Amino acid sequence: MHINMTINGTDVTREIEPRVLLVHFIRDDLRLTGTHWGCDTSNCGTCVVLMDGQPVKSCTVLAAMADGHSITTVEGLANGTTLDPVQQGFMEEHGLQCGFCTPGMMLTARALLDHNPHPEPLEIREAISGQICRCTGYATIVRSIQWAAEHPVGTAETAATTEEEAVHA
Amino acid sequence: MQIPAPFDYVRASSVDNALALLDRHGAESRVVAGGHSLLPMMKLRLARPDWLIDINDLFELDYLLIDGQTLRIGAMTRHTTLLESDDVQRLFPIITDAERVIADPIVRNRGTIGGSLCQADPAEDLSTVCHVLEAVAVVRGPAGERMLSMADFHRGPYETAVAQNELLIEVRVPIRAGSSSAYEKVERRVGDWAVAAAGASVTLDSAGAISQVAVGLTAVGLEQNVTEVEAVLVGQTPTEELFTEAGRLASLACDPLADQRGPIDYKRHLADELTRRVLRAACRRAAASASEITI
Repeated sequence: MHINMTINGTDVTREIEPRVLLVHFIRDDLRLTGTHWGCDTSNCGTCVVLMDGQPVKSCTVLAAMADGHSITTVEGLANGTTLDPVQQGFMEEHGLQCGFCTPGMMLTARALLDHNPHPEPLEIREAISGQICRCTGYATIVRSIQWAAEHPVGTAETAATTEEEAVHA
Repeated sequence: MQIPAPFDYVRASSVDNALALLDRHGAESRVVAGGHSLLPMMKLRLARPDWLIDINDLFELDYLLIDGQTLRIGAMTRHTTLLESDDVQRLFPIITDAERVIADPIVRNRGTIGGSLCQADPAEDLSTVCHVLEAVAVVRGPAGERMLSMADFHRGPYETAVAQNELLIEVRVPIRAGSSSAYEKVERRVGDWAVAAAGASVTLDSAGAISQVAVGLTAVGLEQNVTEVEAVLVGQTPTEELFTEAGRLASLACDPLADQRGPIDYKRHLADELTRRVLRAACRRAAASASEITI
């Protein structure tokens, strides 16, 4: 069947089998491998993408069901060379070690902050409660999201530039 | 890699169109709403429909309406919508309590009340909630609409009265003055099915006595409400002794199975303890809302 959707702001049209899951469509057909494929049972949340701005587990959504919708993957978070504050926050606060859960965590964080710009730590924990981290630990992930909340859009570039300058200096 | 068996996919554009598609494609077609029960079953090849009829475009079924003394919930209302509704929280805190512990926030963005009720999983929280609230299921088919009590709607594990060519379109919950409710679940971790859960709805009369009560249990082998509790509580002023007796009756009425979530005696203990807690909370809330009205 024919499907058409917006991925990270770009229109894509493909011919697919109806049984193709959104996670495989994104990874295998579009070669956007930032979206990870984990438990395959909607438990771990590493496959989370935003569908019309709302986090969904892409292992449990058919690509066909996303036809006509707008999808954001981790590749769509940064604006050019400017990191999203959430990405910057994960750098600043050591929100990742192995990075496997990170794309899903960051997209859920983005959706949370869009909905609730100043979440309490408990609200952050609730928002990511459908996602599993098995190495970094949740404390630094929560701190990373808090960092992003304290540095909303527009300040990330400054932070990134400062770091770059620091490296060059 | 879990991939469903091949099927054909079609999107319904209206309730009538969905019914026509069900009629056209027959017994091997299935309706998909949020998909968080059906797609995992298809991935495990426990379900192999030839046709999948996607009803996610039926925004006409995504609503919460207070209509006189009834809350009308469209079948496509997502769990997240129910959880975030102030009207639901005020009128039926049992729904808010349950929604807070159904799956996880991301799954709740997709899952719907209609899908949950039609899946009729024995550990499904909203089935218990609807039994306790004496909700009515509105089912539409080629011959028109019919209204079913939860006792008639819910036939048993994974089985409902919705025929192959019908669609659950609405859930109607009666609003009662002086009433409140509560739900509590024990789960091993976020997103897991209940080890056990209980829900209660209570109506207090002007003297503070219980005029109506319903208690239901989840995941412990009892599809209907714990009717034994009614006889003991109706007409009485709520006390801790009564809650203890209700808990004892609930633990006797249920019929849990031993599984990886726990042995039988533990689940009976939970039925007892959770029944006491939800009755206590429902009575407290009903009394509080009554005093608010008086003020």
